[in-house]
Amino acid sequence: MSDYTLPASSVIEAGAFASESGTVLERLHGWVVTVDHKRLGILYILYSTFFLLVAGAEALLIRLQLAFPHNSVLSAQVFNRFFTMHGTTMVFLVGMPFLFGFANYIVPLQIGARDMAFPRLNAFSFWLTAFGGFLLYYSFLGGAGLYGMGNAPDVGWFAYAPLTARSFSPGHATDYWALALIVSGFGTLGTAINIIATIISMRCKGMTLMRMPLFTWLLLVVSMLTLVTITPLTAAQFMLLIDRYLGGHFFDTQAGGSSLIWIHFFWIFGHPEVYVLVLPAFAIANEIIPVFCRKAIFGYPAMVAASVCIMFVSLSVWAHHMFTVGMTSVSNAFFTLSTMLVGVPTGIKIFNWIATLWGGRIRFTTPMLFCIGFLFQFLVAGLTGIMLSVSPWDWQLHNSYFVIAHFHYVLVGAIVFCIFAAIYYWYPKATGRLMDEKLGKWHFWLFVIGFHITFDTMHFLGLLGMPRSIYTYQPDRGWSFLNLVVSIGGLIQGIAVLIFAYNFVVSYWRGKVAGDDPWDAWTLEWATSSPPPVYNFEELPVVHSRRPLWDLKHPDDPDWEYES
Amino acid sequence: MSSVPINHPAHAIEWHLPDKRRVGMSALIAGESAIFAIFVVAYLFYIGKNFTGPTPRQVLEVPIVGTICLLSSSLTIWRAEKAIEEERMAGFTLWLAATITLAAVFLTDTAFEWKKLIYQDRLTISTNLFGTTFYSLVGLHATHVVVGLFLLTATFILSLFGWVDSRQSERFGAIALYWHFVDAVWVAVFTVVYLIGR
Repeated sequence: MSDYTLPASSVIEAGAFASESGTVLERLHGWVVTVDHKRLGILYILYSTFFLLVAGAEALLIRLQLAFPHNSVLSAQVFNRFFTMHGTTMVFLVGMPFLFGFANYIVPLQIGARDMAFPRLNAFSFWLTAFGGFLLYYSFLGGAGLYGMGNAPDVGWFAYAPLTARSFSPGHATDYWALALIVSGFGTLGTAINIIATIISMRCKGMTLMRMPLFTWLLLVVSMLTLVTITPLTAAQFMLLIDRYLGGHFFDTQAGGSSLIWIHFFWIFGHPEVYVLVLPAFAIANEIIPVFCRKAIFGYPAMVAASVCIMFVSLSVWAHHMFTVGMTSVSNAFFTLSTMLVGVPTGIKIFNWIATLWGGRIRFTTPMLFCIGFLFQFLVAGLTGIMLSVSPWDWQLHNSYFVIAHFHYVLVGAIVFCIFAAIYYWYPKATGRLMDEKLGKWHFWLFVIGFHITFDTMHFLGLLGMPRSIYTYQPDRGWSFLNLVVSIGGLIQGIAVLIFAYNFVVSYWRGKVAGDDPWDAWTLEWATSSPPPVYNFEELPVVHSRRPLWDLKHPDDPDWEYES
Repeated sequence: MSSVPINHPAHAIEWHLPDKRRVGMSALIAGESAIFAIFVVAYLFYIGKNFTGPTPRQVLEVPIVGTICLLSSSLTIWRAEKAIEEERMAGFTLWLAATITLAAVFLTDTAFEWKKLIYQDRLTISTNLFGTTFYSLVGLHATHVVVGLFLLTATFILSLFGWVDSRQSERFGAIALYWHFVDAVWVAVFTVVYLIGR
């Protein structure tokens, strides 16, 4: 129904953004003081895209160093800093801000609200997150401190004690790491609270919980999980700072403290964190897959139930990161089984997506291609995850490249793919212009090929015994060729991301004008103009089913007749 | 967009959603609980693992007065909540003042306890594991009392000027919820530090 015009487009006057006019300085000021959820969403996305490029460049330098045995691109110290910064940046400054950026932009539109529940808290949270990110990177300049050593954190992204103690990490680099994560952690907490309050208290008339779009549902689940996930890390960081600054003994084994308890605290945060990152990726796939196969999502209640189930199960799996520290056999068995249990709800999700694709008229646009890549890669990542959950297998492969390959399959193969899909999908809503499809296809194919060259090969390096976090290796280990292959794959992904960045920037001026509803989608964000006015909706919508725009476009066959 | 299909069978929808401030505060409380849980776990884990003294049994005294004051402040703030809902503003101001006084007594009690521990018993945060875990857990709770006291005092000053009325009852409800949380956490902290740990 391409000739269909939605009623909203006629009522939006031009120049709804009052601060779009004026000098550059005035417009910049408008962006800094904004409390509009859409502008903050865009700020989040730009911020994390910037750090995606930075941390990607760090990854490429790491791979350049490892491409040949006895290479000397990076010294051992700089290598340690780079893998620490790469990991920390990708998780805290890329993954989470991206997903909260989408949540900020999309959730109020999808539930038919005019803004988030607490707009000023929203702005405050963004600037805390941003400040945390720049504080972390300031450590490159300020980390040397009084001792003249240490420049950028080099303790690994999990920063195991006692390496983080004053005696082993002098200087201020580790303090910057802890402070940056505390500050951005408070930002994350604020956003999570805001999203929960928005979804629970700001829904438009008729949008009951079981009529919410799945994207919104999953963001509600993620935000609840974030509340109890990011805070243990904040607590542990406070303990670390008490140890480092006030002479406390939490992780000081010399005074009866335990370094093991840091590992527990870190992974009590660290494992649910993976689900905080991956559930929004599921949320994105839940929106995009149905729209591009022209079918309603299969098994909506099962999808909701599986997400809630993942939230609870994910809180009891953390010690599968700790099989090699020597736990009791009961603990090993418990964490093996609870980890395998995660496979059940995620399996339900995979089958539901396949059932949605089944018999659909699939349109292979760029967002859909990325989602299909996600489906395959997430399946493989899940399978290697179940392999690693078996503790004897983990004893062999812990901290090897097999583990690196596994979690990059989740973080890149699932999450980054879905982030790219979401950018291609919602870019026309935020800017009014479509991103270039031809460049998008180049981006997808180069990225997917580069991804598989890199991360498939890493599994074999792990099986051959290559440990993680080593800055070089001997030529006689038999790892040289595979490492070169991994690095070449990394380079191909780098080129693909540059194509994406070019497309992202240029499409803002040269992209095809999108109109309100370029994909013929069904959720409320497509009912208003592109970009939406500051107040989102001229008149607040009323919904009667899960796909309000379907009802609007097909008054003869509305959805509410089929939903219970 | 104007209203999506008008010809829906059920015309008038009853639509009530929970207050966003209470929802937001509940979410904050859930997050804060996790922070406290981590500190409580650390405290329990390190009980009796000191290499040097002083130990809790030697130096800790049960803060009966402070505890009674803090717990009864939950009652007074509940009365203040009722008063603002029923628009009895004089009662509201009085109950609020009572809450603030009780909280201030609790903080003073803690201050004298810490003074004794630091100057008389020579226990600081860096002395031993007990000092590290005690000051961080009790200090974390005291920080929350201070934040709550700030919110209550600000409300009190506004109400003295007559700028608070029943329209703000939902807002005050969120503050009261936070205050009940601070009290409830004290029950946990008290049990762990003064009953189990001593």
